[in-house]
Amino acid sequence: MAFKELGINAAPLKGAMPTFRASIDAGELHTLCEKARSQKARLVALWGSDETTRGGGYALHIALAFPSGLLWLTVPLAREHPRYPGIADIYPSADRMQRAAYDLVGIHAQENPDHRKWLRHGAWPGGVFPLRKDFDIANCFPLAEDRYPFIKVEGEGAHEIPVGPVHAGTIEPGHFRFSIVGEKILRLEERLGYKHKGIEKRLETMTLEEGAKLAGRISGDSTVAYAWSYAMAVEGAAGGTEPPRRALALRGILLELERVANHLGDIGYLGNDVALSFGFFQFWRLKEDLLRLNAQLFGHRYLMDMIVPGGVAKDLSKREADLLLDRLEKIRVEVAALKLIYDEHAGAQDRFIMTGQVLPELAEKMGLAGFAGRASGIKHDLRVDYSVPPYQQLKVQLASHTRGDVAARVSVRFDELAESIRLIQELVRQLPSGDIRVPLADTVSGRYGVGWVEGWRGEILIALESGENNRIHRCHAHDPSWQNWPALQHAVIGNIVPDFPLINKSFNLSYSGHDL
Amino acid sequence: MYQLLKQIVKTGIKTEAAPPADDALRLLQQRLHEQILKHLGRALAIRHVDAGSCNGCELEIHATNSPYYNLERLGIKFVASPRHADMLLVTGPVSRHMETALKRTYEATPDPKLVVAIGDCGCNGGIFGENYASCGRVANVIPVDVAVPGCPPTPLAIMQGILTAISK
Repeated sequence: MAFKELGINAAPLKGAMPTFRASIDAGELHTLCEKARSQKARLVALWGSDETTRGGGYALHIALAFPSGLLWLTVPLAREHPRYPGIADIYPSADRMQRAAYDLVGIHAQENPDHRKWLRHGAWPGGVFPLRKDFDIANCFPLAEDRYPFIKVEGEGAHEIPVGPVHAGTIEPGHFRFSIVGEKILRLEERLGYKHKGIEKRLETMTLEEGAKLAGRISGDSTVAYAWSYAMAVEGAAGGTEPPRRALALRGILLELERVANHLGDIGYLGNDVALSFGFFQFWRLKEDLLRLNAQLFGHRYLMDMIVPGGVAKDLSKREADLLLDRLEKIRVEVAALKLIYDEHAGAQDRFIMTGQVLPELAEKMGLAGFAGRASGIKHDLRVDYSVPPYQQLKVQLASHTRGDVAARVSVRFDELAESIRLIQELVRQLPSGDIRVPLADTVSGRYGVGWVEGWRGEILIALESGENNRIHRCHAHDPSWQNWPALQHAVIGNIVPDFPLINKSFNLSYSGHDL
Repeated sequence: MYQLLKQIVKTGIKTEAAPPADDALRLLQQRLHEQILKHLGRALAIRHVDAGSCNGCELEIHATNSPYYNLERLGIKFVASPRHADMLLVTGPVSRHMETALKRTYEATPDPKLVVAIGDCGCNGGIFGENYASCGRVANVIPVDVAVPGCPPTPLAIMQGILTAISK
């Protein structure tokens, strides 16, 4: 079947989202990516795989988002010196992904100006690649010193502030190298990878069923989005197993509950970061109310392990559904009142407005994802772009802003919070009857499945290929933070150092989901 | 301002009772002298170190500062540097990339000090276990006084772990 946007043959994959897959030569890669970019296709993810156990060499994989769906391009690479023309000149966000693909699989992006390691620190030596099939997961190398050449800013009065990996607050670890003059940030360079704990390698030791629990722990604050994405990928690989309609509606409820909880918490912290501790206490009271409700209805405060391949693990009774509607309505009313207080608080707005700006043009170039992208004029939301259950009848309202500053991200978060509450209310009222889970068909080796879900932070992708005996051959997990971390480096330029925590929190990017 | 004050009055005080200590959570016998515990019990400074978690445990550590739990009312607060801390609250399986940072943070914390490991991963490596990139449980890297299981442990369980570490 022809994939009309690129004029190549691509096979539709089974699964919930419109997805196509094609194999291309390394020689065609650059031209096709240029063509895709000219049609405003987004780069969703880039990763590598080892195909040597299947008689091949290695492979590069690229996921591009088009209006008609996701195109998964595979580029077979040679066993000796696997290399391909890099695409970071077309899609800047590809730079770190290409470097990570080298660190883990040993496939080399040619003509990429940056050849520094990315996810590798000192846990394994250069020239050794953990995601190769001949690498044993238990293979523990002596810890080596991590030498990483940061880019230096020189000049009169310029100096550096190194921050992390252990940060001052309760935050995930990462390193930020600020080059500043006075209080003004001239340059920020991030160094991530501290949390790399071998998730993708670990998945390859698991069955498709077992992987669900680990997928739900790739990034704890997005456990529902990852679990759904993973389940969707497994269902696709199992020949298109369709979860019951009730299960799909429940998945929608769970995902929107996760979005509400995260926005409540972050909006509270954003108040705290501008000395409005009132906001922290009020929003964290509401968040706690919601977490307790989650525990009462589903048995887990963060809804972990609720979405499983084939459906969901827990049903919602009529009485529980009524309770959910009642409590959510209370939260909705309180949030509306608090929003007015935030909007009218001169001190908070003064700190929010024009701080940490990413203008639409830059956002488009960097491929800024999720709500942060929407706050910078990028009008994409998987729940809106593709009409698939359970969102197709709900007419999801896309929240949007164009100023791209902290205030815009706060505004989009408030809008999405209100919209998510509306969506949950609709989903609960229209909850179809029936089963909540169907058994998964046995799958054979070499089947592909894609999970693609709009999590609270942005689009999460799981690209899966099955192995022998219902096991995983390769499972790549992609967090939207890959796109947004580099944009944060731009957002802080010209701002003062004390505004960094505020700007950072307004994005609230994932370290664990990125480091894997 | 009127709306803000009205909201504060309307909300009232939400803080609930703190949990009791639980000796079952101990990995090591109490290392600290009674005299020191008397002081730590009223003014404890905690440095949190995420050594490789999925970030789930951090969500619940944040929640301990929410109005329902309000850890700070017990004289327990989070500080920005290990040099100011009496206790390290460590989450995660310790990734090998965080091994050095965690050891340095432990060394930078002045004696006498306590370590509380948070979550299933901190207790036993959890679902990530030990591999080329993960050291597994926190006690594999630094001495741990108290370990709090859960995925993630609730704010009350975390508070209980902290209070156990400073109990006799």
